[in-house]
Amino acid sequence: MSEKLYNIAVEVNGVVRQAQVPARLSLVDWLREELRLTGTHVGCEHGICGACSIMLNGDPVRACLMFAVQADGHKITTVEGLANADGTLSVLQDSFCQTHGLQCGYCTPGMLIAAQGLLNTVSQPSEAQIREAIGGNLCRCTGYQQIVDAVQLAAERLAESK
Amino acid sequence: MKAAAFDYLRATSVAEACALLREHGDEARLIAGGQSLTPMMAMRLTRAAQLIDINEISALKFIALDDGVARTGACTRQCVIERDAALAARVPMLRQALMWVGHIQTRNRGTVGGSLMHADPAAELPLVAQVLGATLMLRSVDGVRAVPAAEFFIAPLTTAARADECLEEIHWPLWNTHRTGSAFVETSRRHGDFAIVASAAQIALDDEGRCTRAAFGIGGGNSTPVAFAHIAKNLLGALLDEQTIAAAAHASANEMEFSSDLHAGADYRLHLAATLTARALRDARDQALSKS
Amino acid sequence: MTPPFRYIGKHRRTCEDPRFVTGRGRYVADIALPGMKHVAIVASPHASARITAIRTDAARALPGVHYVLTGGEFHAATDALVSGIDAPNMKRYALAKDVVRYSGEWVAAVVADTRALAEDAAELVEVDYEILPHVIDPEIAVHSGSPLVHTAQGTNVLFQRRFVWGAVDKAFAQADHRIALRTTWGRNSTVPIETFGVAANWDAGQQVLDIWASIQMPKFPDQTARALRLPGNAVRVHYDVDVGGSYGVKRGLKHTVLVAYLARKLGMPVRFIEDRLENMRGGDMQGPDRIFDMQAAFDNDGTVRALKIRALDDVGAYAGRAPLQLGKPITAICGPYRIAAVEYEPISVMTNKTPQEAVRGFSQAPTNFAIERTMDHIARHLNMDRIALRRKNLILKEEFPYRIPSGSSYDSGDYHAVLDKALQAADYASLINRRDQARAAGRYAGIGIATCLEPSGGNASFEPLFNPKNDTTTWMDSCLVRVDLSGAITGVMNTSSSGQGHETLVSTVIGEILERDPANIRVVRADSLSALPSNSPVGSRMAIMLGGAAAGAARKIRETVIAIAAHNLGCAASEAIYANGDVSVQNYPDRRLTWDEISTIAHRKYHQMPPDVEPGLQAKFVWQVPTGGSLPNANGEVQIYPCYAFEAHIVYVELDPDTARPEIKQYVCGHDCGVMINPDIVHGMTYGGIAHGIGAALYEKFAYTDDGQLASGTFMDYLIPSAMEIPAISIVDHCTPSPLTTFGQKGSGEAGYLGAPAAVANAVNDALAPLGVSVETLPMTQDALWRTIQSVKKQRK
Repeated sequence: MSEKLYNIAVEVNGVVRQAQVPARLSLVDWLREELRLTGTHVGCEHGICGACSIMLNGDPVRACLMFAVQADGHKITTVEGLANADGTLSVLQDSFCQTHGLQCGYCTPGMLIAAQGLLNTVSQPSEAQIREAIGGNLCRCTGYQQIVDAVQLAAERLAESK
Repeated sequence: MKAAAFDYLRATSVAEACALLREHGDEARLIAGGQSLTPMMAMRLTRAAQLIDINEISALKFIALDDGVARTGACTRQCVIERDAALAARVPMLRQALMWVGHIQTRNRGTVGGSLMHADPAAELPLVAQVLGATLMLRSVDGVRAVPAAEFFIAPLTTAARADECLEEIHWPLWNTHRTGSAFVETSRRHGDFAIVASAAQIALDDEGRCTRAAFGIGGGNSTPVAFAHIAKNLLGALLDEQTIAAAAHASANEMEFSSDLHAGADYRLHLAATLTARALRDARDQALSKS
Repeated sequence: MTPPFRYIGKHRRTCEDPRFVTGRGRYVADIALPGMKHVAIVASPHASARITAIRTDAARALPGVHYVLTGGEFHAATDALVSGIDAPNMKRYALAKDVVRYSGEWVAAVVADTRALAEDAAELVEVDYEILPHVIDPEIAVHSGSPLVHTAQGTNVLFQRRFVWGAVDKAFAQADHRIALRTTWGRNSTVPIETFGVAANWDAGQQVLDIWASIQMPKFPDQTARALRLPGNAVRVHYDVDVGGSYGVKRGLKHTVLVAYLARKLGMPVRFIEDRLENMRGGDMQGPDRIFDMQAAFDNDGTVRALKIRALDDVGAYAGRAPLQLGKPITAICGPYRIAAVEYEPISVMTNKTPQEAVRGFSQAPTNFAIERTMDHIARHLNMDRIALRRKNLILKEEFPYRIPSGSSYDSGDYHAVLDKALQAADYASLINRRDQARAAGRYAGIGIATCLEPSGGNASFEPLFNPKNDTTTWMDSCLVRVDLSGAITGVMNTSSSGQGHETLVSTVIGEILERDPANIRVVRADSLSALPSNSPVGSRMAIMLGGAAAGAARKIRETVIAIAAHNLGCAASEAIYANGDVSVQNYPDRRLTWDEISTIAHRKYHQMPPDVEPGLQAKFVWQVPTGGSLPNANGEVQIYPCYAFEAHIVYVELDPDTARPEIKQYVCGHDCGVMINPDIVHGMTYGGIAHGIGAALYEKFAYTDDGQLASGTFMDYLIPSAMEIPAISIVDHCTPSPLTTFGQKGSGEAGYLGAPAAVANAVNDALAPLGVSVETLPMTQDALWRTIQSVKKQRK
């Protein structure tokens, strides 16, 4: 018995991707295994660690807590879609490099998505707001300090450029 | 951790969702935000022959303030509830509780109805529904029935909803009292974890500071969240001094049947229940007092 | 080489970060081999049972399933995994055969087209079990009447020895005071956000097994080959796989042998990426689980004269290197203190729990915790200020190198200065005020101090103490540096990394020596068949060992460049001036060859090469851990790690008076790890180590039920702290260079973690001090804290 496949069309990082997927394929597995967008990571598959964070219609969500078929007709941004149009690093990505807001890099894509979600809605976030925004993303390397520093730096830079 | 195979059915209307539920019977499951259901499926603790997706039903996503009641569509995202200023002004406890629910990413996808239907005894929104006396509107192909929260939560992960019913909307009673205060307090091991114990209270006071209306309840570590209308009734007409609050908090805590788990013993939960309930009552009172 | 440095110690962006912030890291789960199959595991539901039957027919019949492997075939076809200690009857394989010894132990492996199908099939594998008695409590397991985890071994005790270094009994007899206490370190681990994963392919044409794995482990290719009965040169480990965190535990030897066997047997690429449930239960990566019985002898003035330490460690159901985690702390067994005599009795015992693996610091953190709790108890016993007590006992700056009773010499340090800096940064006087005001307002508030050592430059010279058959004393590392025809520089390292920034380390060091911009130096990783020897990034060794190797190789390049230039410029090498890679003749700046010209000569103009100089421009450097290389004497004294960094933690904690929930309000860490090659990397690892230590102190535990089930097998119950639990952390640097290393650097990969649990425990207990009680078991859960407070309140009623 082969599994039934479902047609989906999802806009991923600005490009509509059409596919046939089994119902049980998680969104993160589809992005990683089928589209080969391997920047989004799998950490726990039960919605706690945040490594699989992506943006769904502009809001950060966990890609392990959705099935790919549910994304049909929606817009997704992954870490691969965060850079500037010319391929240079976004202000947030550049700020992570500046403060060394990462080590092994595994939680980093999820952190960037969570932090970008915050910066999209709050222009000058406090440290407490930053900590809350990344509170659903676990990191084992950094103790969060240089991540908080990176988001603060990015917010300052974005404010200056306005 | 990959879910067992299932068929996917995307409902475009509540009527269609109900028809699909009737057609497929007990083996079908509705999925709303999926923030609890998906991991349970991934761990294969839950299986569904058919998964009926109600996320695309726009009729299930709304917030409406009517006379005496706020109505929220079952599939309204928690983040939308959280950000709605008008709703927060009339049912402040929802926003207060949502601050404790998961994380921004789970609230962006999780729905208010999904949390109620999942009925985790340590979840925040079921406690709010209990305390405020929300009414859950359950639709099936046979029509709609209104189930009060007091009759809805039966046991952990078990509700009065039948397998062929879809939660359509939730009615949150509005208190048309000026001097009203509410509070939601909780302790958990980490921020965003399910509550070890949570307490919620809403209090209305007259000009002299006497209680004219009160509702409060406790969640976490019991099989369901519990509201204590009979104890709240005793507060009516009283000045809510420390002694009165402590007595009510203790009486309510002692009615709970707490269990022990990895994170907290039953006796610790009992202590927390009394302490946090007193804190919630006090906070609600003070908020009401601050309104002249 | 001494300061001023050009690149070392400066804030410079790392080589690695850009690829990670763009989602272009390449982790093992990102490796997609054509036709790759996927593994799911059938695990034991019982802590101890006999397997009476396994039926795999239904699973094998499922479409898309290629194989179901069970223990019988696997044990016959492979050899047992290498054990760190001499326990010949404790055989360990990836799959159980006949008997299961912990809940979660692997019983069968299913190979299928997708992971989902493999899980479907795993559910169809039927295993009959006959339940056997089990033991979970290590204090029961040590007794002769206990159920045996390995019957053939005849005892659960893997190792027990009593070391006596110095006149311990005399000190205890003569000292003014003696105290005894018990402290317990909870079973936690590093729990990286990436689980362990491995992909393998048997290249039948080359007769080579290719392996991609999220590995951090010495001798991994060798041990894999040995278990598979292959020659070492038939296993090729690709080290260019980014590893998503490890901090010690990513040693998936059993995973690798299993997957490699399947790939070879089936003739198809196979991968196994643990899911989180498999990782927690059966990944065999839990950490130390240790009971310390501490005794101290000390005088009225606070001088600590001797310690007696009995450490009972529960390694779980199988022993890999885990028992040796009782050995490493011997290198700093008296902490940073002038304690002249120490008795140490390590006991390693097996229980029916998931096996233990190496964790950040290789048990220095638990040991430091026990020592620092003891110091606080001594202070309380004497009614002496905790800082004054530490100052009294800290080794003095002028006493280095300082030989401790167990045989190691500490290289350098200025412990008093670092402690003073930390106290100043914390504004200690106002912190006391803050605490006292909080107490006056009815809150539980406490300040924790911990002064701890961080041994680095890891070797494993403690191994012979635990296993006389093991006389390994070589713990080398190496680097190859190449300058190509275009003059571009490439550094070749020989191991994988899991976030330590080794590419930045190597390029910075090469740039420093060659005076070339590190941003233009590429660092690559050889695979294990083309690699020079490396013992992998364990034991805080890479800044010292890989940094030293890169410097050594770069120096050889520099000498060759000078030799080529001098030959062509017609001067003696001693007259050649090297600047930024160009070479000129002393006092004749116009007589000059550029870096590019010299590179060209080396690669293309043999006629311009000096005699006896190799063409091309490349150099390798292989070296041994400084001071290492000797075996212990009969009394169990041996020089273990070469370098010793120091950390002084000051923590302020308040407990909610109603709920007992702890909150860390302030955190300062004074830190001296010598010269920092990249301060951002060192600070990052220190912050991370502190966060990890806070987790160990307050949140994280692999808890077991009485019937031997793991109760915290998900991230809902194993509580890794988030940015909401971890406070802002302030690090204060100090620099006492090591005299033993290339630039004065010391290791730092375990920084923060080695002192944070002790400091947090001391802070919480300072908060409880007014009640006259303490909590000595980690993690200090809010339930346990409430219970302790409650016990006092009940007594007072």
